[in-house]
Amino acid sequence: MSSSGSDKKHGSKYVSWGQHMRSDAQMLRLASRNDSLPLPDEAAMPVLPYGQGRSYGDSCMNNGGALISNASLNHFIEFDYQTGRLSCEAGVTLAEILDLVVPQGWFLPVTPGTRFVSIGGAIANDVHGKNHHRAGTFGCHVLSFELLRSDGTRMQCSADENPDWFAATIGGLGLTGMITRAELQLKAVMNPYLQEETIRFNNVDEFFAINSESEDQFEYTVAWIDCVAKGDSLGRGAYYRANHHGSASPHKQPAAPKGNFSFPFTPPLSLVNKLSLKAFNEIYYRLQPERRNRTVHYQPFFYPLDSIQHWNRMYGPSGMLQYQCVVPHEEGQQVMKDLLKTIADSGDGSFLVVLKTFGDVASPGLLSFPQPGVTLALDFPNKPAVLPLLNRLDDITREAGGRLYPAKDARMSAADFQAGYPQWQAFKEFIDPRFSSGFWRRVTATV
Amino acid sequence: MKVMIVGACSAIAEATARQFADRRAALFLVARNQQRLDVLADDLRVRGASSVDTFVADACDYDSHEPMLEAAIEAMGGLDTVLIAHGTLPDQKEAEKTWEATAQALNENCLSVIGMLTPIANYMEEQRGGTIAVISSVAGDRGRQSNYVYGTAKGAVSTFLQGLRNRLTPAGVQVLTIKPGFVKTPMTADVAGDGFLWAEPEDIASGIMSGIDKNRNVVYLPWFWQIIMTIIKCVPEVIFKRLSL
Repeated sequence: MSSSGSDKKHGSKYVSWGQHMRSDAQMLRLASRNDSLPLPDEAAMPVLPYGQGRSYGDSCMNNGGALISNASLNHFIEFDYQTGRLSCEAGVTLAEILDLVVPQGWFLPVTPGTRFVSIGGAIANDVHGKNHHRAGTFGCHVLSFELLRSDGTRMQCSADENPDWFAATIGGLGLTGMITRAELQLKAVMNPYLQEETIRFNNVDEFFAINSESEDQFEYTVAWIDCVAKGDSLGRGAYYRANHHGSASPHKQPAAPKGNFSFPFTPPLSLVNKLSLKAFNEIYYRLQPERRNRTVHYQPFFYPLDSIQHWNRMYGPSGMLQYQCVVPHEEGQQVMKDLLKTIADSGDGSFLVVLKTFGDVASPGLLSFPQPGVTLALDFPNKPAVLPLLNRLDDITREAGGRLYPAKDARMSAADFQAGYPQWQAFKEFIDPRFSSGFWRRVTATV
Repeated sequence: MKVMIVGACSAIAEATARQFADRRAALFLVARNQQRLDVLADDLRVRGASSVDTFVADACDYDSHEPMLEAAIEAMGGLDTVLIAHGTLPDQKEAEKTWEATAQALNENCLSVIGMLTPIANYMEEQRGGTIAVISSVAGDRGRQSNYVYGTAKGAVSTFLQGLRNRLTPAGVQVLTIKPGFVKTPMTADVAGDGFLWAEPEDIASGIMSGIDKNRNVVYLPWFWQIIMTIIKCVPEVIFKRLSL
């Protein structure tokens, strides 16, 4: 019969989603969830679980160590279509779950902006989505999981069983052990559609006005921002708010988009530059309807970028840097103005700038990123002029008592990480002795 | 559909089983490891299979072939489709050193296949209908120094299937020879490349389903391998023997 077991590639280069961090790591594979962890012979060589590699920076990288892929853990275990409880292996992607459960009237309780991530990755980064103000993070809907440690022990973790390990692993960046399987509580939906409303707004203050009247009535809220606009138009953009369509057979049933554009290769230069940025943002803002109400399929609503394969290649060979921070509500409005003004004055930024408020549903995760407040996310072409700009954004975020998102980070200082996540000291106790990551070594370096 | 899959844990077999599950087929899975079979069975039930039964056997255990077939018919109340997907990628250099390694490769990739095809073919012939799909390989189309032991095994399987097709066509039985090119699977992980020649198991699975649906005799997967192999087969032996292929 077919040979199986772990396959090895030595000294391969792995690139994370930001495309600029290349790391040398041996790729190992956990062939079955019942197998023991494949560990390198060299006892000093650290390992890190690896899912779909969609983290932007070095939180999914392990330079000089090994990565343990969960790609073979792609099996469903049990699905109760009456209660919406789904049990599956950790390498199953959100896309595979949606394909299975949407036709049966269920949906992910929380989804990030791409469906091409594994369940293991979604838990390890405690991802969030457009309904954070209602539903909290992904980890809030995880009922249980199994954690496989390097010493061979298997820990069943839930709010009741090994609750401290449950908390440490949700948002634990893969460092506490390898998640082999998980059980989720899905949410019921009538159909694959959303009733979406778009409202164009002229500046940051208008965003906050629309946002405060929207959060009670809409499950999903998010805004796109023109990061180039200045002055009275600072922070102008479009506000999107939506609910799942409540009718069993909606009047309009738009099809899921079929066309799939792909960046076939990395262009020699970034297509995102000051000129294209200004033109795109201006045109895109003008194209937004002042107000529009429509029925949309869930795919373009939640995953607009998933329809462009390898969209990260548009930044050219140097790649991009993502920046996502959260600052508390109190001064949030003013802080966003400061951040957006700093970005607009620099002339750098991206096509996709996202502004959203987080709610106060607490995550079980010890090291989870979201906290009540306002979050801003955008990407920058990776070039020397951008680093000082990001440092200025760090200053504003720090001053406001905010913090950055490890899954998107490639450059925050150890001091900022440790100040933003004081619980990191308590978290350390849960790290598997054989596990580490590029990110973790960077942010725990002696300050 | 009542489908038996031998070598069910192989990547191509598993991808194909998922497509059968999408069609609500009844499945009977054969592999060596019960724990792996249980993982597959749960997954395929969730994905829609109307029933999933499992059977532990080593394909090289010839005494297991008839009980395996009987168990499949018993479990599903019949049998209309068989996919034989087990196999190994032998180390050519080892096989050159010892006859034992060569014999093992021929046993795993050829004799075990022919062995189980004997009762399966008789059953299908008697019920006058059904599909026998077997994973052979483009490697069987012409012997090359880099993997001619594997090629010999697959070539023999392809030839056997040709004859079997000739015999079973009057009985209305489809015999499908599947010839994949390079596929990214655990079996090829040590030699796998990343170019366009390397296909995903899911692509091969779709090709197998379409080959069954269209009642094809031989399918090259992906399709362009038919062109590549036609060219390779056309090279005169005087030239071919000097090439490093």
